[in-house]
Amino acid sequence: MVALRPEPFGALAYHYGNRRLTFVRSPDLVEVVRSLGAHETVDDALSANNVDEKRWRAFHRALDALAGSEVIRRRG
Amino acid sequence: MASSLVEQLKGGLDAPICLTWELTYACNLACIHCLSSSGRRDPNELSTAEAMAVIDELRDMQVFYVNIGGGEPTIRADFYELIDYAVGNGVGVKFSTNGSTINADRAARLTGTDYVDVQISIDGAVASTNDAIRGTGSYATARRAMDHLADAGFGPFKISVVITRQNIAELDAFQALADGYGAQLRLTRLRPSGRGADTWHELHPTADQQIDLYHWLQAHPQTLTGDSFFHLSALGDPLPGLNLCGAGRVVCLIDPVGEVYACPFVLHPEFRAGSVRDPGGFTSVWRTSELFRSLREPEAAGACASCGSYDACQGGCMAAKFFTGLPLDGPDPECVHGHGELALLGASASSAPRGPDHSVPVRLALKR
Repeated sequence: MVALRPEPFGALAYHYGNRRLTFVRSPDLVEVVRSLGAHETVDDALSANNVDEKRWRAFHRALDALAGSEVIRRRG
Repeated sequence: MASSLVEQLKGGLDAPICLTWELTYACNLACIHCLSSSGRRDPNELSTAEAMAVIDELRDMQVFYVNIGGGEPTIRADFYELIDYAVGNGVGVKFSTNGSTINADRAARLTGTDYVDVQISIDGAVASTNDAIRGTGSYATARRAMDHLADAGFGPFKISVVITRQNIAELDAFQALADGYGAQLRLTRLRPSGRGADTWHELHPTADQQIDLYHWLQAHPQTLTGDSFFHLSALGDPLPGLNLCGAGRVVCLIDPVGEVYACPFVLHPEFRAGSVRDPGGFTSVWRTSELFRSLREPEAAGACASCGSYDACQGGCMAAKFFTGLPLDGPDPECVHGHGELALLGASASSAPRGPDHSVPVRLALKR
């Protein structure tokens, strides 16, 4: 289970299972993370949140990192 | 992006990232480096109801976990009631113990509780090194607790070690001990706080040992440190972690009677921010205390301003400076460039501040 705590820089994410604390370092990344469950793909979530396409690569990298710390999980 | 995050953290958050809560000053040991000079229960200790009210506040502030210590926290009769209450409210618990109360039943109970981490403290990988600091028999007691946790299938508990001049040669042995239990090794820095003020000069690692420790930590990045060795980052590549003093910015301490201090290592009136018993409770202390506001102001590099390593070490640990009589805007007493040693020569040991002694009976004022 992961909890998100809103912060001026974005959010703190805490994974109660692995006890890892992760900094989500931008407010719009937090919005994308929150909305992932409602979208089929990451790109759908990015466009639904009006993220400029120039920033998509950076968002993909950030989401990969969050997946690495198990804040989010790839759907099988 | 990273630096702006650090700047924001220095400016303080609406709630701490984690906090330390010393549940009691009562302890069956008398470790010579005890940072809270523990020993006896304070008769004015927070009641169960008061402690639960603090947990309610932590839940509302979304503090994800609390580090519980003491004293020996498991001595409190309501200890398990409080950790169950915390976990039930989404506040995870990591607690430190000397292991003396962890029998087979307790180990089984802990194994059945989610979101509780257990840290067993030892300060030597062998009994002789450990017992010299923590008292005769304390190593065997701690190992027995570890055995119970392992037998109960608790999973990766933590073995928590304060690094000293005497045990630093045992780093690999500590790691082997942890590996043998499937445990995680946690190493923290010795501070000259509490009884540690009296023993720091004999116990703190030498300059050469600090360099060895830095390389050992670089080679063992999975080691938990609570970011406590950030002063070593001045030796080269930064150690993992935020590398900043979090006192009053992202961490703080609540003591057994509810007093709130800037960090676990500054139990001294100068760093007291308020009490959870004040109107507004802990939340108000965290958000509005004058002390915490001042700690969140940009700090001056002071005597360290001309040093090229200041960005790496941030001037080191406030508590280490304070209790060795060094100015807070000067070098850390264990500055890896030796500036602290020079400064200590000029500091008078007798004028160094001391925190309260909780190993002696509390004198109650009698009304006549």
